[in-house]
Amino acid sequence: MINLSDILETIRMIQDECLDIRTITMGISLLDCIDSDIDKACKKVYDKITRCAKDLVKVGNEIEKEYGIPIINKRISVTPIAMISAACHESPIKFALTMDKAAEAVGVNLIGGYSALVQKGFAAGDRELIESIPEALRLTSRVCSSVNIGSTKAGINLDACKLMGRIVRESAEATKDSACFGAAKLVVFCNSVDDNPFMAGAYHGVGEPDCIINVGVSGPGVVRSALAKNPGANINEIANIIKTTAYKITRVGQLVGVTASERLGVPFGIVDLSLAPTPQVGDSVAHILEEIGLEQCGAPGTTAALAMLNDAVKKGGVMACSSVGGLSGAFIPVSEDAGMIAAAKSGSLCIEKLEAMTAVCSVGLDMIVVPGDTTADTIAAIIADEAAIGMVNSKTTAVRVIPAIGKDVGEELDWGGLFGCGPVMKVNTMSPSKFINRGGQIPAPLHSLKN
Amino acid sequence: MKAVISVIGKDAVGILAKVSSMCAEYNANVTEVTQSVLQDVFAMVMLVDITSLSIPLSELSDRMTSLGKTMGLSIYVMHEDIFNTMHHI
Repeated sequence: MINLSDILETIRMIQDECLDIRTITMGISLLDCIDSDIDKACKKVYDKITRCAKDLVKVGNEIEKEYGIPIINKRISVTPIAMISAACHESPIKFALTMDKAAEAVGVNLIGGYSALVQKGFAAGDRELIESIPEALRLTSRVCSSVNIGSTKAGINLDACKLMGRIVRESAEATKDSACFGAAKLVVFCNSVDDNPFMAGAYHGVGEPDCIINVGVSGPGVVRSALAKNPGANINEIANIIKTTAYKITRVGQLVGVTASERLGVPFGIVDLSLAPTPQVGDSVAHILEEIGLEQCGAPGTTAALAMLNDAVKKGGVMACSSVGGLSGAFIPVSEDAGMIAAAKSGSLCIEKLEAMTAVCSVGLDMIVVPGDTTADTIAAIIADEAAIGMVNSKTTAVRVIPAIGKDVGEELDWGGLFGCGPVMKVNTMSPSKFINRGGQIPAPLHSLKN
Repeated sequence: MKAVISVIGKDAVGILAKVSSMCAEYNANVTEVTQSVLQDVFAMVMLVDITSLSIPLSELSDRMTSLGKTMGLSIYVMHEDIFNTMHHI
């Protein structure tokens, strides 16, 4: 028989320590839906999404019951819409409405891929899509958008940074009646990945198969509790405990992914090795760092502790699954992590420290609320800074900041649910306008020349 | 194919009887039982063969959960694969 303590450990991880599968995300290619007639294209998109994903939620719920492991989200990612809408020569907003309707029809809470990839310049359809993002996010509730503005191979498109600074602001302004929620569904990337299962940045890359299942796991609470049982451990032992725990968490992700792929008749893609927090008590990455020995997240030592945590999660997870991909690392979204929220409120955690932390973990300046009067150029420059970290370190970085229109430091935005609530954080107000308005392309770094 | 039924809660008369009679009702064959009562807390782990289960496993899980609620216990039905996968290489 299976060891009794193993059974009780698994039950404790799920019931008391918030172990869950964060998302099963079905990637769907829309390349065969391209049509110069936008209405025909939208019909093909709707039909394909609802055909491929018709059983996604049902199968997810079945697996959840049978294995007794909560699967929090079932989601869909699609080919970046700019590639599909380019042939239509008109505003792609109809695609956003179609995605929203299809997502509702199959019962998923978010659908990603209202996206454009412009790291080296704008192709047909890209500008139109980007300009339509604020309106698309205002008119839909399930659609998520992302734009890739830089990569290690291509450098950073400074024109796109400038444009996205304005688009992020406009997305917040367009939804100011609903706590600027539009900006919470918009991510600006450097080195974005094709198989990311996590929103808001998920899209289905062009090199991917027609349809695929990717899984994102979670489990900060499990890691923290394993560390709490070993208060006297040295940092090497801590790393080992995290590896062992990450292995167990990821094995469950692999099991769920393989089972879902078999039942849906769709190939299994990757497990994203991640520690994704939620605002729920006991599900915080910041609290792991505090368990390791920091008075509060943001204290000196935070970056080093996070680097060790991120590396140990990967080392433990990589052996546990057949294919690793996506973003794979510890996430530090401020509004979605109870410990981060507390640290930001107390003043221990500032944007500059978060920026340093993003150099050693996944993914970037995520779910950070900034003052409502933050200029488009300042947001553009924050994007450029973050992209530079990604470009030089050959890693994915992203910016998801939410300008709190009409609010300032000391106030907060509250979305509830998984998105949580975030205090408005102070931003350096020195102007970067001259730099941003120079435009052009920051050249790729020397180490991009690997051939 | 096997599932693990775990029952945790305050000890009372007839827990084993009620859980195992529900297993019998849906044709789940009990192959092993481990149970203990520590300071009034009842913990039982039951291994059942679900090869010829008459309802889907997810439904058995729902029914056991409701049964647990009526007795003030937590009952979890989980496919054995989750334990094997998590704890064995």
